[in-house]
Amino acid sequence: MKIGTPKEIFEGENRVALTPESATQLQKLGHECLIETGAGVPAGFSDADYTAAGVEVVKTAAALWKAADIVAKVRAPDANEMKRLRAEQTLISFFSPVADEAKMKAAATKGATVIAMEMIPRISRAQKMDALSSMANIAGYRAVIEAGNNFGRFFTGQITAAGKVPPAKVLVVGAGVAGLAAIGTSTSLGAITLAFDVRPEVAEQVESMGAEFVYLDFEEEQQDGAATGGYASVSSPEFREAQLAKFRELAPEVDIVITTALIPNREAPELWTEDMVAAMKPGSVIVDLAAEKGGNCKLTVMDQKIVTDNGVTIIGYTDFPSRMAAQASTLYATNIRHLMTDLTPEKDGVVNHNMEDDVIRGATIAHANEVTFPPPPPKVNAIAQQKNKPAAPKELTPEEKRAAEVAAFKAQTKSQMTLLAAGGALVLGVGLIPGMPASFMQHFIVFVLSVFIGFQVIWNVAHSLHTPLMAVTNAISSIIILGALIQVGSSSALITILAGLGIFMASVNIFGGFLVTRRMLAMFQKS
Amino acid sequence: MENAFTIAAYVVAAILFILSLGGLSGQESAKRAVWYGIVGMAIAVLATLFGPGSGLWLASLVLIAGGAAVGYQLATKVEMTQMPELVAIMHSLVGLAAVFVGFNADIMINYISDIYATEGQVLGVVGDDGVVIGLSKEIYEGLSSFGKLIAKKSSVEIGILRVELVLGIWIGAVTFTGSVIAYAKLAGSSSMLPFAVDTGAKKLPGGHLLNAGAAALSVLLLIVYLSGGGSWALVLLAIAGLFIGYHLIMGIGGADMPVVVSMLNSYSGWAAAAIGFSLGNDLLIVVGALVGSSGAILSYIMCKAMNRSFVSVILGGFGGPAGEQMAVEGEQIAIDADGVATALNEADSVIIIPGYGMAVAQAQGAVSELVKKLRAKGKNVRFAIHPVAGRLPGHMNVLLAEAKVPYDIVMEMDEINDDFPSTDVAIVIGSNDIVNPAAQDDPNSPIAGMPVLECWKAKQVFVSKRGQGTGYSGIENPLFFKDNTRMFYGDAKASLDKLLPMID
Repeated sequence: MKIGTPKEIFEGENRVALTPESATQLQKLGHECLIETGAGVPAGFSDADYTAAGVEVVKTAAALWKAADIVAKVRAPDANEMKRLRAEQTLISFFSPVADEAKMKAAATKGATVIAMEMIPRISRAQKMDALSSMANIAGYRAVIEAGNNFGRFFTGQITAAGKVPPAKVLVVGAGVAGLAAIGTSTSLGAITLAFDVRPEVAEQVESMGAEFVYLDFEEEQQDGAATGGYASVSSPEFREAQLAKFRELAPEVDIVITTALIPNREAPELWTEDMVAAMKPGSVIVDLAAEKGGNCKLTVMDQKIVTDNGVTIIGYTDFPSRMAAQASTLYATNIRHLMTDLTPEKDGVVNHNMEDDVIRGATIAHANEVTFPPPPPKVNAIAQQKNKPAAPKELTPEEKRAAEVAAFKAQTKSQMTLLAAGGALVLGVGLIPGMPASFMQHFIVFVLSVFIGFQVIWNVAHSLHTPLMAVTNAISSIIILGALIQVGSSSALITILAGLGIFMASVNIFGGFLVTRRMLAMFQKS
Repeated sequence: MENAFTIAAYVVAAILFILSLGGLSGQESAKRAVWYGIVGMAIAVLATLFGPGSGLWLASLVLIAGGAAVGYQLATKVEMTQMPELVAIMHSLVGLAAVFVGFNADIMINYISDIYATEGQVLGVVGDDGVVIGLSKEIYEGLSSFGKLIAKKSSVEIGILRVELVLGIWIGAVTFTGSVIAYAKLAGSSSMLPFAVDTGAKKLPGGHLLNAGAAALSVLLLIVYLSGGGSWALVLLAIAGLFIGYHLIMGIGGADMPVVVSMLNSYSGWAAAAIGFSLGNDLLIVVGALVGSSGAILSYIMCKAMNRSFVSVILGGFGGPAGEQMAVEGEQIAIDADGVATALNEADSVIIIPGYGMAVAQAQGAVSELVKKLRAKGKNVRFAIHPVAGRLPGHMNVLLAEAKVPYDIVMEMDEINDDFPSTDVAIVIGSNDIVNPAAQDDPNSPIAGMPVLECWKAKQVFVSKRGQGTGYSGIENPLFFKDNTRMFYGDAKASLDKLLPMID
């Protein structure tokens, strides 16, 4: 099939849905690739690069839309592009089924298939095509870079000849993909990073990235993030209050705030109120990644950078991925390429639009003249349900500790006593057997004592020396050679032969066992 | 048979043997301890050779020298990866020697009672004064030392002697065939045996009923033998023992071999102890008991590390799953050497988890090179060893030691398991079940409750594995599907060799 990528029409959009590298991979699946002339230039890919990768460069958008069976692009199609979309054609792009409902219906009526990249289900199998995550990752990174660009101080604390510089304090609100990327970038630049999320289960991830998780003094059965596909949901008013109180407390301390809180299909929640902005130090920076949905801070102006009266910069850009077009295009094109791999299971260039497949079904919003949104719930849960964590072990009081120790000691005494009683009874029982000769009992005592010593000694052997232990026990168990040595001088020829064989085999073992043990032990070297 | 000096020598030897085992508690003291064992053995053998009662000592010395030559060859030629096979085949020799010595004792008893018969007397009759009625002085003096010992015994003592030698022969027989089969399974295609043995778990039709039948038959034959059935019963008993050893170990798969080998280790000790009883030799009893308890403890440690009972291992195969196992969600994501190298270059702390696959691929040298390079860059590199990694207790430690990995960075499971969360990269090389999170998460997993190395808690996990698939146990490993796991497919040695030049 022919996969075509037109130039993005949207003002300021620098990304492109096909890179020379992804084109090479797509061709391996048996597809042909087309690109509109100049489509990759803003992202740093020239037409020549594409031609070198075997991509056909098409002069006009119209020609491209006409030739391509599958159109892959970044932004949702505009009215003009909707006109060019034809029946039997597949469109792959960001396409919000809620905001662009009319377009979705129009596409369905035409008989075109639309795969919306934001509808890729959040299951592990589909992570490689999750464009929202790859774009959010870039946004999180870029948010820190933009903040740093507008922040007049170092991120990392330094002690210089000219004096001490305190480290910057960064607060990241919302530890989703973008939030985690921001945390990672901020910590690696050396800032003290705090992070907050309504889902307490992400605390571990946050802390693993070197940031400090901000806990609220709030007791409520938190909703499990797993039930909502790993996205945050709306929280209760009480919870919100506790959250805002905490932020108010932090506002005067932090230098940079990055808010990433979004709830699917809703306006962004207000988390950073005007009084918090007023409480911040002059020169502080707020980057609001939720600007497109109204912003987590009400002062945010979409697509603009403003400076408040008290000198706080608020950045409301919505095009962070586009600002890093080369990186964003590479990741987005790879997402598309993975999607095409799933759509072309036979690698023969024929698309098999399998509506039974969770991922393909979930992302398809128009197919075979029908609107196929919303999809049925996926068969597998995005994230494993949180297990009911066992209550944290209580701190034991000294009395309880002592009681536990006494109980453990008593149990130990009891088991030892039982063992001793059983062992003693066994030995006494052997001695009580009528007619048991004393000569046997003498040997029996030696045997029991040896077993006892054996157990005491072997428990102390280091685990790492178990192989040498086996080799050396092997060698010394050939002590059986003594029996053969005693017998070999017999007057019976048969006995002599058998004993001779015994001597031979046992001595193989003695020498082999000791030598190999020596060899092994000599290898153990301390660093 | 023993004079005071011989017994004194045995006491010294016994103490040296105990010290020799006790010294294995640390790597440095072990180097000294092995000498105790060698000296102890030399004292015991010399005292017996030159003590009274032993004859043909020149021939004995020749045989010992011959054995020494073979033993030297074995010990110096063996690859460290082949240690399990070597240990197994050596056990078989001890077992067989025990069988021979046991038969000799029986022949001797028959011989003595024949002498009694020709003298018109009966062996073992106790006179009115409570002393065994012996042979006339000339005949008695003509007997070998072991013959004299028997000639002095009462009939009850002879009966006990027979029970002991039956035990010695029977355990020796089980040890012999069991060890040969274990050897064949461990050696696989490189086995030097004239016949091939399937390395999987194979049982004859009838399964454990056959073993139980053979065991019951052995008890029956013991009774027949004790009630004067003659030597044929003893031969049949030995054959029953040989069959049990063969069939029992045939039914156990390759990965359970650590338990099997340590169990056979234990048996070879008990066989020696039983023979010691029948010969009335205390040193044999002492050493047999030491070896027997050592093997028993090793088996116990292995079983505990697999969270399985000794019986379930010996009866072979995994118990069936208790219910539906959790489905594994996700996919195995592959990575190339480049990606692994990048992660390793960036990591500060690395833990390597080797398994049997490393031994199979002979990758320990490459692993050691990698460790050397990483450590030279100041990274904290350590090894995590699960008690049942490999095919022999402590096998991995020996392999790593051979490859010159310093032993103080090779950690036991309990020492290192808590450190995974603070580790950047965990590398799993050729191990599977010992890093399976299902043991903790899935109560229906066949290995539920088995202690495992929690490598998935590391920030990133690389699994070096030949290909997809579940491996010996057939248990799906959710580790391979985790988000932070990347599969580094290919032969372990080839993969590491590719990786090495990329570490800078």
